[in-house]
Amino acid sequence: MAKFSAKPKDLAKIRYTPPKTEWTETPVEFREHMFCHSAKPKDLETVGFPYGRAWSAKDDDWKLPDNWEQIILQGMKDLLGKYRSFQLFMDICVRCGACADKCHFFIGSGDPKNMPVLRAELLRSVYRGNFTLAGKILRKLAGARDLTVGVLKEWWYYFYQCTECRRCSVFCPYGIDTAEITMMGRELMNMIGLQLGWIGGPVAACYMKGNHLGLEPHTIKSSIEFFLDDIETLTGIKIEPSFNRKGAEILFVTPSGDLFANPGTYTAMGYLMLFHELGLDYTWSTYASEGGNFGFFTSNEMAKRLNSKIYAEAKRLGVKWILGGECGHMWRVLSQYMDTWNGPADFMEVPKSPITGTVFDNAKSMKMVHIAEFTADLIKHNKLKLDKSRNDHLNVTFHDSCNTSRGMGLLEEPRYIINNVCNHFHEMPENTIREKTFCCGSGTGLNASENMELRMRGGFPRANAVKYVHERYGVNLLANVCAIDRATLSASMDYWVPGVGVAGVHELVGNALIMKGEKERTQDMRLEPLPEKEGSENV
Amino acid sequence: MKLSNLLSEKRPAILERWFDVVLETYPADTKNFLQKQNNQFANPVGHTIHQGMESILNGLLSGSDLQEFSTPLDNIIRIRAVQDIAASQAVAFILSLKKLIREELEKSQRMDSFIKELSLLEDKIDTLVLMSFDIYMQCREKIYDLKANETKRLTYRLLQRANLVCEVEEPGPQQND
Repeated sequence: MAKFSAKPKDLAKIRYTPPKTEWTETPVEFREHMFCHSAKPKDLETVGFPYGRAWSAKDDDWKLPDNWEQIILQGMKDLLGKYRSFQLFMDICVRCGACADKCHFFIGSGDPKNMPVLRAELLRSVYRGNFTLAGKILRKLAGARDLTVGVLKEWWYYFYQCTECRRCSVFCPYGIDTAEITMMGRELMNMIGLQLGWIGGPVAACYMKGNHLGLEPHTIKSSIEFFLDDIETLTGIKIEPSFNRKGAEILFVTPSGDLFANPGTYTAMGYLMLFHELGLDYTWSTYASEGGNFGFFTSNEMAKRLNSKIYAEAKRLGVKWILGGECGHMWRVLSQYMDTWNGPADFMEVPKSPITGTVFDNAKSMKMVHIAEFTADLIKHNKLKLDKSRNDHLNVTFHDSCNTSRGMGLLEEPRYIINNVCNHFHEMPENTIREKTFCCGSGTGLNASENMELRMRGGFPRANAVKYVHERYGVNLLANVCAIDRATLSASMDYWVPGVGVAGVHELVGNALIMKGEKERTQDMRLEPLPEKEGSENV
Repeated sequence: MKLSNLLSEKRPAILERWFDVVLETYPADTKNFLQKQNNQFANPVGHTIHQGMESILNGLLSGSDLQEFSTPLDNIIRIRAVQDIAASQAVAFILSLKKLIREELEKSQRMDSFIKELSLLEDKIDTLVLMSFDIYMQCREKIYDLKANETKRLTYRLLQRANLVCEVEEPGPQQND
């Protein structure tokens, strides 16, 4: 919403049509609720990021270093030399427009600078002006621009209105990955201290304490013990997981958000119950206590540094392989980067389920398995006793998280699990799920609260599809396998589709799981009374 | 002939012109997309607004009760309340319907014979503007609610763990003195 500032005599003059200026001539206007706070200097200093200072996007003066243009242009030259993909993506776009209407931020906002092609053009125009002959000679005719403070502000506004979800790249005939262009844009801005507080804070905390929330070992342990009390209330079973145990077969790593943020906490309870029931030889770690990686939203190098603790801890504990919890960007980082950043993990074995004997060849090199793959395999081999009717009060649909679906093709496993633990499941329309899924609108560190209006715009295409199945089939639960989804879709549903809750898939597993020696369940995982069963069905 | 009958004949033309008024508030490239992409999931903004306007227009011409306008108005205003537009702009499209209807009547040169009915219809449109403004305010207040609720969701377990919050126990059976 724009701030109301018109005087009475101006009211009659309000024009309801937008300015007819070209995009290059339309300066960015910073609107409240549309951008995040800037990073705190101490957080940047903690990890060695340069130019930490107090500044705000609304200020005219961003207190940029004197030679900021030189830093950015040199940085761009270095990145172009380092990543062939960046060079390629700067050169090959033919502006066909196939990506233009695929971005959830464009669809929700109607702002043309949110068209992926135009967002990329913000960077390309500067690339042309400084790194191509045609751009240097023909300037505007060749689509070239000078790098000015105005352009920099535009970068900052719009590269933090992209969640790197890669939906646009699915439709690009050249396969241009706009997410990588956003990554480059953010990495360049990072060189002159232009970072978000919501990213800088978690990065510094993760660097110092091992997780985004800055939880120290005793806090992690006691928060998990808190879940154990709830599980005992629910099932009558006392669970005793281990921490930092050397010699365990499996190291379990999950996003720290699930230890404190509802509804992710119920998913964490689901893990604990499942592992106990299986008698799994596993351990939690208070050092490798974060599966997520907000460093990925700053620079490649920072992401690598934060990631290094996972293999290091696996080696220290001497585990055979690593099992990972439900998370989205965590899985893109792990499955596509960890091995080449910090591998080879040749001190571990190819992951093999101790329960079913299944060998996860897909994880032969990185040695880490997603819990959806692990649990789907258990169900496939009839290793779990499940009472689907305990989820009968839930009418479920599944949101494919961008990183797990488009990033690593984890499409069937979560659905297989849901269909085996719930009686009521309905898919959203075809062009809004699987590889074409719509982003939650709050990924890549945009899940702050101060930018709530931006999040609601970006979340609308997803919410619109949920609303459809809510009205048509009575869907009342949006399941997913991502911690950021669990944290942010709750707000999106609250605004766009009241009456639809949000849950991780393993919360549903926890509900349905029949545990040996458990008392009769009268409550669900949230300790709310279970509605009267309509008839139980065991699998 | 009643005014509603005359307008019903002109309904498709009025609706498209009315929709165009809203589209004009978006940049040219966006207008093109909102107008031409027919898939309701690929273009939820265009589809929701068009469908909502159609329901409102039908409701006005068939004399629906005011409460029946709540849902289509909410669907449209909820979107406009989080876009780059001022509050006045978010609800202004409803007023423009009065102008469009008058233009149609002038074309038919029968304005005078419908003046009483027209006045009633315009009163109803004015009421819809007021309803829209209430919805707009609810949406904006909701944005602040979401921020507050999210903070609670993110930290509630932490507060519980630190024994900073507790839930009141169920009251036991009343004891007699």
